[in-house]
Amino acid sequence: MLDFFGSMPGAIAQGIIWGIMAMGVYITFRILDVADLTVDGSMATGGATMVVCMTMGMNAPTAMLIALLAGCLAGLVTGIFHTKFGIPAILAGILTQLILYSVNLRIMSQKANVPLSVEKYNLLLSLRNLPNAIMVGAIFVVVIIAVMYWFFGTELGHSLRATGCNPNMARANGINTDTNKIIGLVLSNGLVAVSGALLAQYQGFADVNMGRGAIVIGLAAVIIGEVLLGKVFKNFALKLLAAVIGGIIYYIVITLVLKAGLNANDLKMLSALVVAVFLGIPFWKRKISEKRTAKEGV
Amino acid sequence: MLKVNSIYKTFNKGTVNEKRALNGVDLELNEGDFVTIIGGNGAGKSTLLNSICGVFRVDSGSILIDGEDVSKLPEHKRAKYLGRVFQDPMMGTAADMWIEENMSLAYRRGKPRGLKWAITNKERAMYREMLAQLGLGLEDRLSSKVGLLSGGQRQALTLLMAVMQKPKLLLLDEHTAALDPKTAETVLNLSDKFISEGNLTTLMITHNMKDAITHGNKLIMMHEGRIIYSVSGEEKAALTVDDLLKKFADISGEEFANDRALLN
Repeated sequence: MLDFFGSMPGAIAQGIIWGIMAMGVYITFRILDVADLTVDGSMATGGATMVVCMTMGMNAPTAMLIALLAGCLAGLVTGIFHTKFGIPAILAGILTQLILYSVNLRIMSQKANVPLSVEKYNLLLSLRNLPNAIMVGAIFVVVIIAVMYWFFGTELGHSLRATGCNPNMARANGINTDTNKIIGLVLSNGLVAVSGALLAQYQGFADVNMGRGAIVIGLAAVIIGEVLLGKVFKNFALKLLAAVIGGIIYYIVITLVLKAGLNANDLKMLSALVVAVFLGIPFWKRKISEKRTAKEGV
Repeated sequence: MLKVNSIYKTFNKGTVNEKRALNGVDLELNEGDFVTIIGGNGAGKSTLLNSICGVFRVDSGSILIDGEDVSKLPEHKRAKYLGRVFQDPMMGTAADMWIEENMSLAYRRGKPRGLKWAITNKERAMYREMLAQLGLGLEDRLSSKVGLLSGGQRQALTLLMAVMQKPKLLLLDEHTAALDPKTAETVLNLSDKFISEGNLTTLMITHNMKDAITHGNKLIMMHEGRIIYSVSGEEKAALTVDDLLKKFADISGEEFANDRALLN
């Protein structure tokens, strides 16, 4: 038990980092109404860019900025595939994800794993200092929520929301829905890459597989946040915070089940099944209410 | 104001589902004209409106709004000239956004959208005043999600959004067809009010022949992608529904077939 509490700070720190990734997923999944699988690749792109930039002698803030831009670029590619090539969003994301696998290896000079030692480099956070890692993560969360709150309150942010909510209405009101989808994908993947850059510093390395299944963790965080806090968190900023809290709870639960003796290799299956069930709940609810209505004969 | 020159549109060309939807339509509207459109199933009424909006490009012919050829512009660029209300009350508004957010989107139709705050307090006061004109009590619900409104309320809001930034052309595509009779009347009366107050050039598709006669200054009848009959002024005002049905049978050699019109 003591062991479990001892592992809590690490779970929280990781949860916050993945929570930032979940806010990126929130932009595409909830605001644009698109499931963007690019994130599995752009997460690793963020980490790889971060590590390589630092080993080239850049400081951490500059390296993070470049990681952010690299993620934005990945989103741009998916956006162009989706709107200019007419490829369905999911497939467009998968294509970019595959492209990024090669690109990420190129960034890391064909190495699958590149270390970034906290002893050699001046990192923003590391798992060696968990209180600091949690604090740095929290500062990032606050700043990102503030910026997103502002952006989605602007004219451009509104047109992005309208694009996701009702593209016909958006176009009828003079909104270029293609451009807005691209902007959303760019922002989302930029955010995911920032999360990847933070994760690389935290764990002290970048790995070409570090983003595998990221979309599922992101969705899990968004959904857990909504299920637990959706009734009380109505404000947009709070909804984003709910996604971050969802990420933290996800990692606490993961830590718990691992301590309980679950095989770490079964984790991905477990996460995917949990997400599948939660995505199914609204559908089942509708089915049940339809059945009830039919029985009552109203 | 609007000039449509012999436009043609065929859907699914070269397949078994080939459908010639517009077969040489010519139409000219002067400023302030209020034209009602009737026609049977598949006559091309909605296709005509959609081709003006740019939902798709026409195969040939041109569409001029205020002298500018818009037939090659994408839908969102034509939007600055057009106010639109759709048949489906869900289609004209964003359900997950508030009433005031929807209005601010419509208020910026045809204007660039940047990083300025989307709604100012001055606008909010203006929106409240505009909503009060609808007489539906929406002025006190600026921050309600539009998805919580009834179909009639949403359609009235869509109508308001279509006219709040004065359009060169207002397009109403059977916008009362999905509403109950009483709500339909309210929305239609509001449409009349906005059109006459703003002297708006309007095209209105309707399934209700009586409405087509009593509203507007001109009536056109479509059949198989063509305008087969056009009437205006006093001659139009003197028409009866029976006249119209007879006219249709005479010109087309068929019975008038519109599922909804028959039920009326």
